[in-house]
Amino acid sequence: MGGLDDLYQELILDHYRNRRNAGQLDDPTVAVDHNNPLCGDEIHLELRIEGGRLAGVAHSGEGCSISQSSASMMSVALSDRTEDEALDLVEHFRRVMRGDEDADEERLGDAVALEGVAKYPVRVKCALLSWMAAKDAILTRRSEGG
Amino acid sequence: MGTSMSPTTSIDAAAVRRDFPVLSRTVHGKPLVYLDSAATSQKPEPVLAAMDAYYRETNANVHRGVYTMAAEATERFEAGRTAVARLVGAPREGTILTKNASEAINLVAWAWGVRELKAGDEILVTEMEHHSNIVPWQLVAELTDAVVRFAPVTPDGELDLEGLRGMVGPRTRMVALVHVSNVLGTINPVAEVAAIAHEAGALVLADAAQSVPHMPVDFGELGVDFLAFTGHKMLGPTGIGVLVGRPEILGSMRPFLGGGEMIRDVRKEGSSWNDLPWKFEAGTPPIAESVGLGAAVEYLEGVGMDAVRTHEREMARHLVDALSEVPDLTIYGPTDPDRRGAAVSFSLPGVHPHDLAQHLDQDGIAVRAGHHCAKPLMRVLGVPATARASAYLYNDAQDVEALLAAIGRARAYFS
Repeated sequence: MGGLDDLYQELILDHYRNRRNAGQLDDPTVAVDHNNPLCGDEIHLELRIEGGRLAGVAHSGEGCSISQSSASMMSVALSDRTEDEALDLVEHFRRVMRGDEDADEERLGDAVALEGVAKYPVRVKCALLSWMAAKDAILTRRSEGG
Repeated sequence: MGTSMSPTTSIDAAAVRRDFPVLSRTVHGKPLVYLDSAATSQKPEPVLAAMDAYYRETNANVHRGVYTMAAEATERFEAGRTAVARLVGAPREGTILTKNASEAINLVAWAWGVRELKAGDEILVTEMEHHSNIVPWQLVAELTDAVVRFAPVTPDGELDLEGLRGMVGPRTRMVALVHVSNVLGTINPVAEVAAIAHEAGALVLADAAQSVPHMPVDFGELGVDFLAFTGHKMLGPTGIGVLVGRPEILGSMRPFLGGGEMIRDVRKEGSSWNDLPWKFEAGTPPIAESVGLGAAVEYLEGVGMDAVRTHEREMARHLVDALSEVPDLTIYGPTDPDRRGAAVSFSLPGVHPHDLAQHLDQDGIAVRAGHHCAKPLMRVLGVPATARASAYLYNDAQDVEALLAAIGRARAYFS
C-alpha cells in the first residue's frame, strides 16, 4: 500500500488504535456535537476551561481512522493552551489542510502527521471535524460566558 | 448493439464491457473495478454517440422553431420519452421528464401534496427510504400540518408488511416507498403495498431509482399511481429523471414549476396549462439528455431486462457469498439473491468504511462508503456508515474476487 503510507502513517494508526483523551469530562465548561453530514462521522467534544486555558479536552464519537486520530491529536495539541492560542492553532491546522501553509511541528505535535491528508481532498473534512468542533466550543463558551 | 441484438436470458459481461469506454481505464495503475453503479452507472458507446450526434447534427430548441433542425431536435427529444415510456409500460402522456428522481418526487409533493393535504393527514414512507423520498414530504408536511410516518423495517432488512398494514388508515393520503433499497438491496412488495394503500383510499408513489435500471418494471403491474426514477443510474446521462403518473391524476393536478412550454395561454389576469406531459415541463428541457436516455433504453432493451435481472441475481449471489467468507463481516439486507438487487452494504469491525474505500481505491476498486443518503435507516441499523458494493450488467465474478482480495489486504493493514 505504498501510495497510502502518506495518508496512513504509523503515528496516525497509533492515535487511531490508542486514542488520547477519549471519553468525557466530569465537569465540562462547554460541550458541542459536530457531525459530517456527508459521511456520518460524529464527534462529541467537551472542554473544561480554567483561567482562560483549556484545562481539559475530551472527545467521543464514531468515525474513520483519519477523523478519530485527528481528534486524539487535537486533544493533545490544544490541552493547556489559552483560548486564543487554541483558536490560532485551529486556524493554522485548517490552513495546513487546505494546502495554504506548511505544518508547524512545534505547535501541532503529532498532528503534523496529518499533513499528508491535504493531498486527499475528500478526507480533509474528516481531519478537520474535531478541530472545527474545538473552535465552535471555544466560541460557544465565549458567547455564553459574555 | 441496440435493437439489432436479440434479447437473451444471459449476459456476456465481457462483450458488454467493451461497450463502456471508461471500463478500460486504470486507477493507480490497476484496472478499474467499478462497483458503485447504485450511485451512478457508466455509459455505453451508443449513449455517448447519440448525445454527441445530437449536438453535432441537429442542436436546436424543441417545440419552437419551424425550421428543419428544430423539428429534428423535437423528434429526437420526444423519441427519448417514447422509449422510456415503452420500457416501463407507461402511457406517453403520463411520462414527465424531470431533472432527476428527486425532482420527480418533489413534483408530486408540491403539485399534489401542498394542495391536497390537510392538517392531520398522513404520508406513510418506510424506514428504508432514500432522503429524496423523505425530505420532500417533510417540507410539504410543514406547510400543511400533515404528518410523515415511517413503516418499520425488520431486523433482516426487509419491509415489515404487517407493520405497514397497521399504519395505513383513513388519514393516510399517500404511501411513498422505495421499490429496491439503495442500501439494503431489498426488493419491496410494491404491488401488495399499493393494494393496501388503495383500499384505504391513499395514493401510492414508488421510488424506482434502483429498480427500473436493473429489472423488468411495469407501471401497470406495480399498480402504483406514481413512479420516479433517474436516467444516470440506467446507462443514461445525468440531468434527466422521469416521473410516470396516472394521466387522470396528473390531469387534475396544478403545475409544479411555471415558465415556458408548460402553458397554453398567458394573460395578465392568469394562465392556462399545456397538455400532458408538457404541463409539468417548464423551460427548455434536457434535450440531449433525453436523446441519451433514449439510447440507453434501446441498449437495455437490446440486452433484455430479464437478462439484466438474471445477471444481477448472480452478481448478488457472488457478492453475498464472497463477503460471507470474510470473518466478522456483517452484510445488511437479505442474503437470498431472489429477494434483493446487486447493491450489497456491509461493515467490517475495526475498519471504518471510509478507510476501506480508500484502500480499495488504491487497488482500482470503486465502492461507496457513507450513509448512502439514508440516515434514518442507518439509525435503525445502528451504524454511522456502511461500505457498499453495487454491480450492474458489466460486472463479473472477477470483480468480486478483486474486491474480496482487497478487503483482506485492508483488514491486514488496520489489524
